[in-house]
Amino acid sequence: MFPACRYSLQARKCIRALKVVQAEHVAPQVYSTRCSSSTVPRITTHYTVYPRDKDPRWEGVEMERFADEADVVIVGGGPAGLSAAIRLKQLANQHEKELRVCVVEKASQIGAHTLSGACLEATALNELIPDWKERGAPLNTPVTEDKFSILTEKYRIPVPILPGLPMNNHGNYLVRLGNFVRWLGEQAEELGVELYPGYAAAEVLFHEDGSVKGIATNDVGIGKDGSPKDVFERGMELHAKVTLFGEGCHGHLAKQLYKQFNLRENCEPQTYAIGLKELWVIDEKKWRPGRAEHSVGWPLNRNTYGGSFLYHLNEGEPLVALGFVVGLDYTNPYLSPFREFQRWKHHPSLMSTLEGGNRIAYGARALNEGGFQSIPKLTFPGGMLIGCSPHTHTHNKSAFFTFLLTIVYSALFSFQSFVSFHSPAPICKELTVASQRAPSCLSRQFLDRISFGVGLDSAQLKPAKDCAPIEYPKPDGKISFDLLSSVALSGTNHEHDQPPHLTLKDDSVPVAQNLAVYDGPEQRFCPAGVYEYVPLETGDGMRLQINAQNCVHCKTCDIKDPSQNINWVVPEGSGGPAYNGM
Amino acid sequence: MSARVLVGVKRVIDYAVKIRVKPDHTGVVTDGVKHSMNPFCEIAVEEAVKLKEKKLVKEVVAVSCGPQQVQETIRTALAMGADRGIHVEVSGKDYETLGPLQVSKILAALAKKEQADLIILGKQAIDDDCNQTGQMTAALLDWPQGTFASEVNIEADKLKVVREVDGGLETIKIKLPAVVTADLRLNTPRYATLPNIMKAKKKKIANVKPADLGVDVSSRLEVLKVDEPPQRQGGVKVETVNDLVRKLKEAGRI
Repeated sequence: MFPACRYSLQARKCIRALKVVQAEHVAPQVYSTRCSSSTVPRITTHYTVYPRDKDPRWEGVEMERFADEADVVIVGGGPAGLSAAIRLKQLANQHEKELRVCVVEKASQIGAHTLSGACLEATALNELIPDWKERGAPLNTPVTEDKFSILTEKYRIPVPILPGLPMNNHGNYLVRLGNFVRWLGEQAEELGVELYPGYAAAEVLFHEDGSVKGIATNDVGIGKDGSPKDVFERGMELHAKVTLFGEGCHGHLAKQLYKQFNLRENCEPQTYAIGLKELWVIDEKKWRPGRAEHSVGWPLNRNTYGGSFLYHLNEGEPLVALGFVVGLDYTNPYLSPFREFQRWKHHPSLMSTLEGGNRIAYGARALNEGGFQSIPKLTFPGGMLIGCSPHTHTHNKSAFFTFLLTIVYSALFSFQSFVSFHSPAPICKELTVASQRAPSCLSRQFLDRISFGVGLDSAQLKPAKDCAPIEYPKPDGKISFDLLSSVALSGTNHEHDQPPHLTLKDDSVPVAQNLAVYDGPEQRFCPAGVYEYVPLETGDGMRLQINAQNCVHCKTCDIKDPSQNINWVVPEGSGGPAYNGM
Repeated sequence: MSARVLVGVKRVIDYAVKIRVKPDHTGVVTDGVKHSMNPFCEIAVEEAVKLKEKKLVKEVVAVSCGPQQVQETIRTALAMGADRGIHVEVSGKDYETLGPLQVSKILAALAKKEQADLIILGKQAIDDDCNQTGQMTAALLDWPQGTFASEVNIEADKLKVVREVDGGLETIKIKLPAVVTADLRLNTPRYATLPNIMKAKKKKIANVKPADLGVDVSSRLEVLKVDEPPQRQGGVKVETVNDLVRKLKEAGRI
């Protein structure tokens, strides 16, 4: 189609409206409302959408950044980033070389943004830190019981798990991944890795030849309206010979790198799921430490991918980690992953475990679902992508081809394996990072979904008028809960006086498209209540309200927005959830 | 001016985190929970650094009492502009029972040892809400105090402090050396940016034990039980005054 960017804003609006009419046969009255729109209230103020060099409020503000040099800079202090840092320092010590490794992490402390099931296969850890047990790694719960079921509204159908299948968890550990990551951080610091939690990598820096030079951390002290405050200070530049990007699923810098280096040109688009998780302290009589339970089926229908996990942890208290995963290629815009999760807990088989218990934590995160064919090119001049940032579990490949309905929820992390890569640094000629993926695969209704390349998750939603709204039960406050009290439990918070980091390329699209055609699905797929359509003060029409402070950094909106208008950028460092051992 | 400022900073559970009572009801869960510098202490540090930038004081020393982790809090103060830090090591049971009286004794001893001319503290900590340490420290040292400060100015050898009190604003003039406690509107703390955090790693943090200062940190208080506040019950609307009296009688209130 003709490049819309060459046209004026008005023309673009009309072109977009025309596209929608042609594609969706939208009712005439909706079309006319959009074309005769009054001024749309300003939502986005972030400088990535409104550059500061053209903004008069920024005239004369000192924009130079302090720069420092390291050998390796790692973006993301999660399992991948920390393992890479540890391995690099181990190699450097082995070869008696000096190596400055810096890790920047947007969470205020290591592990605070980590969320996973999780079921960990220790093979990689055995290679990385063979004496992990003596060093006190928090792998306290070996899997002793593996249960898998298909749920219907009232019943639970057990499915036997045969040894040898990828979903067999025997020999693995149920872990609180946040605690494991925190421990990895301590190991890294011991080896001399410089850890900087509370500082987000906001920008990728490039050399003149186009290779990656390093990153710049976030600026601080920008007001909600995008203007500089008294406490404004520029972020810092960290230059490195090699920059590793371990941002986790759908990282915002990785998104830029895909485009910059065309990393996705020879692979299938990535598909995702959203995982929601809670920690419960349950009645001791119901506690079975070491038991891993998974299910598929109810409350999701045949066309929606997803399932649940429930792990009994052995960490002193009778603690269980439970959660629900929904594939983000779902088609019904009325679906709410959060409410499916809350509804699932009312299944009779669950109620018996949870009754009398207490919920102590909540969180959510998107995860990769695409298989081997969705893995992009990982290396580029000056750096590479590691961990979940590019891709996911190799076990998924085999899972695609099994015909048993099974589910093993992934430990969400993977170590990157490569034999050698071209690095300008003479020091690191050969880097080996132990590679292993925890067995994973979410249930796929294999008989229905043999096709690959279904396309982008964001393109799967059907218009609201073609779908039936879903009647979700009201939360009872004991087993199921409302969204806002759940978000409070995540401990999430952000400095309120900063530009919303959920940026919109075009502020008029949410009402004109998302609300008009899809009934505002972002109100439902966001697990933190960030997006709300509220009536305009003038009374006629609606506007989108973005409660950026609630964001739990799950990235679902960036993935699922049918207009692909939402671009998640990193907020000021230290903001976000305060997960404790999730 | 050759004045030295002592700033007390406390490591507390972050204000946005939901607190959970320990299963044994002896306290709240702190393991792995997000902690940060007490917001009022941030304001205190900012004020001290501002005074140094105005060349009204020569050195800013950040002090914190607690286990190993409080060093992160001292580092943040150093990154904001403090010159050096003092970590008073208190851990285990002693740390659980550490309260304003013991901290005041420690600060008083340090003020004498370091020959401080000014002590700036946050007005209260957001975990215990005591609002006692500043006042007790001043009393122990027999120094004047300017508490709930929303403005501080040094004029010759006196301190002009505007205090936020219930009736409005009160302006007092006190002689140095003095203790000031910071209230919300005193200033807006600067961010501890990454280059400053990196520089702060080179600044010194001295380790001291309370016994070295001649302070006994044993507590005279024993916490018997910690509970969550009772669940808020819904209220009841009544139609007439007679109904109200009847309901109050039923509840045994009158």
